[in-house]
Formats: sequence, C-alpha cells, structure tokens
Amino acid sequence: MSRISSRRRTASVLTGVAAMGFALAGLIAWLNVRGEEPLPPSPVAVAADAATIARGAYLARAGNCTGCHTARGGAEYAGGRGIETPFGTVYASNLTPDAETGLGRWSAAEFWRALHHGRSKDGRLLYPAFPYPEFTLVTRADSDALYAYLRSLPPVRQEARAHELRFPYGLQASLAVWRALYFRPARFEPEPQRSADWNRGSYLVRGLGHCVACHSGRNVLGATAGGPELGGGLIPMQDWYAPPLAAPSGGGDAWAAEVVALLKDGRGAHGSAMGPMAEVVYRSTRHLTEDDLRGMAAYLGTLPPAAAPEPAEPADPEVLRLGRKLYGAQCASCHGERGEGQPGRYPALAGNRAVTLASPNNLIKVVLHGGFAPATAAHPRPFGMPPFAQSLGDAEIAAVATHVRQSWGNAAPAVSPADVIHAR
Amino acid sequence: MRALSIAAAAAALLGATAASAQAPAAPAPDSMAQRMQACTACHGKEGRSTPSGYFPRIAGKPAGYLYNQLVAFRDGRRSNAAMTYLLQHLPDDYLLEIATHFAGLELPYAAAPAGNASPQALERGAALVQHGDARRAVPACVQCHGERMTGVEPGVPGLLGLPRDYLVAQLGAWRTGQRKAAAPDCMAQIAGRLDAEDIGAVAAWLASRTPPADARPAAVPPAARPPLDCGSAWR
Repeated sequence: MSRISSRRRTASVLTGVAAMGFALAGLIAWLNVRGEEPLPPSPVAVAADAATIARGAYLARAGNCTGCHTARGGAEYAGGRGIETPFGTVYASNLTPDAETGLGRWSAAEFWRALHHGRSKDGRLLYPAFPYPEFTLVTRADSDALYAYLRSLPPVRQEARAHELRFPYGLQASLAVWRALYFRPARFEPEPQRSADWNRGSYLVRGLGHCVACHSGRNVLGATAGGPELGGGLIPMQDWYAPPLAAPSGGGDAWAAEVVALLKDGRGAHGSAMGPMAEVVYRSTRHLTEDDLRGMAAYLGTLPPAAAPEPAEPADPEVLRLGRKLYGAQCASCHGERGEGQPGRYPALAGNRAVTLASPNNLIKVVLHGGFAPATAAHPRPFGMPPFAQSLGDAEIAAVATHVRQSWGNAAPAVSPADVIHAR
Repeated sequence: MRALSIAAAAAALLGATAASAQAPAAPAPDSMAQRMQACTACHGKEGRSTPSGYFPRIAGKPAGYLYNQLVAFRDGRRSNAAMTYLLQHLPDDYLLEIATHFAGLELPYAAAPAGNASPQALERGAALVQHGDARRAVPACVQCHGERMTGVEPGVPGLLGLPRDYLVAQLGAWRTGQRKAAAPDCMAQIAGRLDAEDIGAVAAWLASRTPPADARPAAVPPAARPPLDCGSAWR
C-alpha cells in the first residue's frame, strides 16, 4: 500500500519535472523566434542601383565586415578567418554571391533575418561572434543596401570552415539557451529630444559599428551584459584592453574633435590607434564621413563619465631610476625628454590615456611589439615604433613602463615584471 | 678685465647650459630612415645585419624582391608573427617605398664568420650552388641568383651575407609550404627536391662566403629564361 503511494508520488514528481522541462524548452524556443515575421513566400526584389550599392559598400565599411569575413591574403568577403573565443574558434562565412558556398541563394529577407534575428538561411541559430546582438539595430533599408552591395561582388567559391567549439558550446541547444538569456531583437528608436547628429552617431556606435563587442566587459558566457555602457573591457584571447569610451569630463568640442581625428587619421593629440583599434581605423573608420564621425563623437560625449582613478602610490625609487635611464636611452629621441612626443610623428606619452589606463596591457604590448599606427589619408607614411621584446627583459620593460606611467603628470599604478610576462 | 671676461664667459656658459636644458630636443628628421626604426631594431643599423644571428640583411636587396616579401608577410604567404604585426595596416604604395628605401642602401658587408661545417658539406654545398644536380632536376643556384650570387634585378635576391640559420629556415619553410612565393613557385619545387643534408650543405657554403666588394644585384639576368618557370624571377 505505502509502496504504491510512494511510487505514485515519484511518478507525479517526475511528471512535474518533465512538464517543467518541456515548459522551459518551450519558453527558450519561443524566446528564440519571438518577434520574427514569416519570410515572404517568394523573394521580394530589392533596389540594386549604383547609389544603393555604393551606400551598401559604405555601410559594410562602417560595420568592418571585412575585418572578420576576409582571411589574411584571401579574397575579400570570401570568409575563412578564424575568430578565436574562449569557447573555441568560429570561422567567418563567405559573403560573396557564390551560389554553393556564399550568399548566392539568399534572399534579402533571409539576409535581414540574419542581421536582425541571428538566424541563418536554413533556420539555424548563428553564433554571436557575428555581432547580431548589435546588428539587430540596423534598419531594413540599410540591410537591403548591404545585401545589394554584397550581391555586386565577384562570386568566390570557398566552402565555409566548420566551427571548432568545445562541448557543449557547439550545440544549437546551448546557443538557444544563450540567446534566451542574452539576445533580444530590437529596433533603433531615435531620441527626438537629441540632435540628428547624435542619433546618427548612436545608430552607428550601437548598431553596425558594434563598438561594444570590444569596449565592454564580458561575463563567463561571453555576453556583454552588465557594467556601464561602453565601459571598457579586456578583449578575450587578445588581452588588449579596450578602454571606456565615455569622455573623461563630460565631452566638449576639443574632446569630440580628438575622437574624430583618432577615428579618421588614426591619431589624436593624446595618442595613436594601436593594436586591434589600428585595424578598426584602417579597415573601417578612416573611410567614414566627417559627419558620421562627428555624430559618433556626439553620442559618446553623452555617455555617463566614469569616475577618475585615484592617483597611484609612487613606485620603488630603484625601479623608477632604471626606468628613467632606459627611457632616456631608448625612448626619448622620439617621444621627447618630457614625454611630449612630436606632432604627427610620435605620440605624446604625457597625458596619453593609453599609457595610464588601469590595465597596463596596451602599454606593455606596444613596447613589446612596436608597430605602425595605421596608414591614413592624413598620415600615409607612418613612423614606426621598434619592438623591444628581444632587446629588453621583463624587469626592464616593467621599469620603463612604470616610469612613463608616473612621470610628467601621469600617476598610474606601477607595472610589475609579472604583468609583462602575462602580456607577452 | 681678465676677471671680467672670465665672468662673462662663465655667465655665457651658464646661460647656454640653462638654454639647452630647456630647449626641446631637435625634432626627428622627416626621412625614411627615421620612419624605419621599427625595422632596424632587428635587421641592424640601416638594415645591414651581419651573417651572425638570425635576422637577414635587407639593405641593398633588389627592390622588387623586398616588396614581394613585405606584401607576403602582410598577406600571410610568409609567416613571421612580428613582421605580419608590423605591416598589417600599411598599404601597397608605402610598402613599395619601404622596399625602395632599403634597396637603395649601398653599404659594405661584414666578412663571413668562421663556420663549423665539414669540408665534405662545404664541397657538396658549393657543387649544388655552382652546378645543381641534373639527376634530380635541381638547377644551379647561380642560374637565377647570378654568377656572383648577389641577386638579379628586380626580383631575385642575393644569398651571400645571410645567416646560416636563416637560410636553412627558408629552404625548410618552402619544403613545408610555410613560405610561398608568387605562382609558379619555383623555389618550392626546388626545395622539395632537396633533402635535409642538401639544405644544410647549401646554407653552410653560402654563409661561409664573404660577398664581393661590389655586392649590388646584377642588372641583367644570367640567361634569357630562368631554368624553371618562376613567378618572382624575370620571364
């Protein structure tokens, strides 16, 4: 008798758990397709005139599509570049209009669904390494222009490589859960009390520009959730620190002009674009109009400013002595005895935010690997910075980095040799 | 009077010292040499690394050859992370200017270092360089790289004055497909016909030779056609 009732109880608990499981699965499934309109039964023609194609080409620059969809030395937009993530490698797809391996058979509505809802032609969910959580804000008209432009490219036959993701990240079910937690399809809603410039900037920064993909922290599941908007973050797998994009003291015209210069020329009065941002300038922002760049600066200028960091404790005098000596021997001939730099050639280090960020990674990486700021219309023949990875040891790089972080008004925390080893 | 003049001199000296402490450092010259400091850190002052170590000399190499290498590093046909990193945001016309700059530097070469290769290896290397190996269809190096092995304008590099390790690494990279030149890639075919001992012997012999006083690349190819069809040589 009691055995039967306990069996019944077990059965009813199991039924309940199963029902909850089904309900949850149903909720997740619903969250994944919510807001989607059915695709039109037959493809609707979209404009493919020269002006639309040119606008699509410009928008593709604004979204830096080639940054991922062109492999090094490969055909433009033919895909194949591996995007390394903490969960494995995602390979970018072929966007040329090849029928077998590219977008040849895609309709404009399917292309829009990929940007707006993050689903592929065959209905599969796309990995958010393709930044559809941001591209969802792109308007249908812009999506159609991008589509028209991509259709105008020469088709390249190149099979997409299969992603190499660790279990369980490669499963569509895992992706559905991730999307249920972190992805909401959205439309860009202009704020009528703001200027047209500001709204255009907001649209570009938050949508196609997908600035948040780097300039934000990520949680353990790789989502850019939480934290202040564009509050900065360490770029996964690369360990460059993408700084907060808010103006240090509420914007202003001089700050906005510097943002425009950095995006257009790759250089501002207080620093140059290096590392991943050099790529963004070279492939994307240097091609944008001054109007669009001014709009982006206007939008960024209204982000709530982050609190200024407390001045750090001065480092060990021995370390500073070594750093000063190395700086005089290796750095001063270009960056100046007082870190003043040389306009248009070598960035100033005094007051250079890349030098004084809380994370010293960018400074260490520039010293280790050197580099050229990107070639741009204003600076077509850049001056290079030598790599010091071979000639200076970890303690020496730490000392010289500490020296520039604590001189000429800079007051950032010291850099340790362990920091250098970590960034190598 | 004399005391006065000493005082004046001292004052002038003090003034000069104070002025020099305050004057900004002379601006870096607006020159290619100044722009290329990122290169000379590894490739030696003015790009003239010596045959010791690993980094190849670039000064005086044919401009077409250097340009092809810069493009290859940027676009992934040659693999060296540091080179790719430096070049990735530079356009073709600037790479050509960089290549032309280093090609135009006529600087003396250092004497070849004393190697430790065996006489047999050096003999084998010399034979391959001068005569090739007809049995395996390996052409002589001199057929393309010039009778004096100082290269041929505009696309074939001289092979003297380079570190042995660098030469071994390049031939090995061609064998494994790590290094690729413009198709048809004749060097990939040739390297594929050499075994590890051949590569060691050729590299040892080349690294043991001090380049001639005039080490400029030959202006005229040694033959009307190269022995293999070659994307980077003259046609």
